[in-house]
Amino acid sequence: MTTTSEITVDDVTARYDPVIGLETHVELGTMSKMFCGCPTEFGAEPNTQTCPVCLGLPGALPVVNVKAIEYTIRIGLALNATIATWCRFARKNYFYPDMPKDFQISQYDEPLCTDGYLDVMVDSEQFRVEIERVHLEEDTGKSLHVGGATGRIQGADHSLVDYNRAGIPLVEIVTKPIAGTGSLAPVVARAYVTELRELLRGLDVSDVRMEQGSMRCDVNTSLAPKGAAAWGTRTETKNVNSLRSVERAVRSEMIRQSQVLDEGGRIVQETRHFHEDTSSTTSGRSKEEATDYRYFPEPDLVPVAPDPAWVEELRAALPDSPSVKRGRRQAELGLSDDEMSWLVNTGALQLFAETVAAGASAADARKWWLGDLARRANAEDVELAELAITPAQVAGLARLVADGKVNDRLARQVLDGVLAGEGEPEAVVASRGLAVVSDTGALDSAVDNAIADNPEVVAKIRSGKVAAVGVLLGSVMKATRGQADAASVKAMIAQRLGVEL
Amino acid sequence: MTALSRDDVAHLAHLARLAVTDEELDLFAGQLDVILSSVAHVADVAADDIPPTTHAVPLTNITRPDALGPCLHPDEVLAAAPAAQGGRFRVPRILNEPA
Repeated sequence: MTTTSEITVDDVTARYDPVIGLETHVELGTMSKMFCGCPTEFGAEPNTQTCPVCLGLPGALPVVNVKAIEYTIRIGLALNATIATWCRFARKNYFYPDMPKDFQISQYDEPLCTDGYLDVMVDSEQFRVEIERVHLEEDTGKSLHVGGATGRIQGADHSLVDYNRAGIPLVEIVTKPIAGTGSLAPVVARAYVTELRELLRGLDVSDVRMEQGSMRCDVNTSLAPKGAAAWGTRTETKNVNSLRSVERAVRSEMIRQSQVLDEGGRIVQETRHFHEDTSSTTSGRSKEEATDYRYFPEPDLVPVAPDPAWVEELRAALPDSPSVKRGRRQAELGLSDDEMSWLVNTGALQLFAETVAAGASAADARKWWLGDLARRANAEDVELAELAITPAQVAGLARLVADGKVNDRLARQVLDGVLAGEGEPEAVVASRGLAVVSDTGALDSAVDNAIADNPEVVAKIRSGKVAAVGVLLGSVMKATRGQADAASVKAMIAQRLGVEL
Repeated sequence: MTALSRDDVAHLAHLARLAVTDEELDLFAGQLDVILSSVAHVADVAADDIPPTTHAVPLTNITRPDALGPCLHPDEVLAAAPAAQGGRFRVPRILNEPA
């Protein structure tokens, strides 16, 4: 770890060209599973959402959920892909207990959608990410690995399997290799997943919650010496389950591979696992032989042949793309291109818009989210969305400042309180005693005392050295423990001394 | 003639996690070859105007609406499991690899 952190992505791209590729799995938000009527809700007690079909009991037969086909076609259309007029499901055979049938129904050489693209913006530069295919399959069960030190499959004594997730419709979106991004490769990878998530959210086909696993990414990375004609050997990093991790997984793999190549080594084509805690990857199931899934057309299902008229209906009903919506929103919120792309790529646009919807001005939303909150998220190494503050609370804080109840300095302390879980901004003001002193009696006497205690400063001010007012201000602030509004104190001093300040 | 080799059979047996003896490899290679060459006769009659199919009946788009159906009770689900723990199926170690 210590050695990798010394090398930067720029060091890597000075000598190598990266090529990346992303495979994104998305659980569709249908009510029932792909081939049976079991519910798809997240978080139920284990094995309570299963039936003979998704458990693969003898004699049970799958029937395709038409909504899942519809959602997949809509995703394909939104990604500018070609929709198949005829395609089949395929049986993917493997021995692994996450599917009780010992196979997964997927699509192989006949995906529902092919050849699309998604444009993403990074640093005001547009990158076109080409989409190889979008296909429909069923999700697998969820395993808990018991007895190992880390909860990982390696070293585990046994595993416990819950099949509630088995059979939930799952769409896999595969990009073509993305070349030519240089040192922006990690950021482009993240921007692509962010944009894809926005697109899927806009289509309302999935709740796209990476932390709950309804959207998961596998990241392929390879390096080739600069200018080389052929691409390098790629690795596939699994278990990449946040936007930030997508960026880090690419970065850490680029750095690791460059070290191997620098030392004259070879990259082994393998699966690697990403670890959130160290932001690094480790080798996965390398000892297993190359997979031989023996795909064949699923005999229990008939082909799917979407009616072109239906596809056109779905196309006509597509919502505006995220970029069109963003253009509108950017104008409404008065954001610059850079601010907009920063908010989009940090996934914070929604927070920003909700803050404005909750009553804050765009200027205030910008000040807090792009200022203090961005700094704090950065310092704590978390996403803006992970900070313990809601858009409504930010709007509440902005309102307190606008109403003159707290000044900027106090507002930052209110922010501390909210982030520390002390409640709503108003409650923090009360419990921490942060309100600006509006008790004119207390303020009056603080100002009077400051003037009486500093006759030589008063003389200076009266003689025209108005900058000396800072001393009096400081004295009042000290007396009121910083809770006075500087502008009004200044006005009071000016009035008492009969000068313009 | 399809000529399935002994190695092919050994590979398939491994993929299917079947323990097959050397004698059985010879036996099955011969038997499977007979089955494959019998089925291969289909190729003799399949002309260009007969597309490959996986179904005898030309059906498409057999679907169901996105509606909920009944689930099994977890007790029933786990009744046939060789081992269960905490409402989950308990399975032996999956990978023989150290941590």
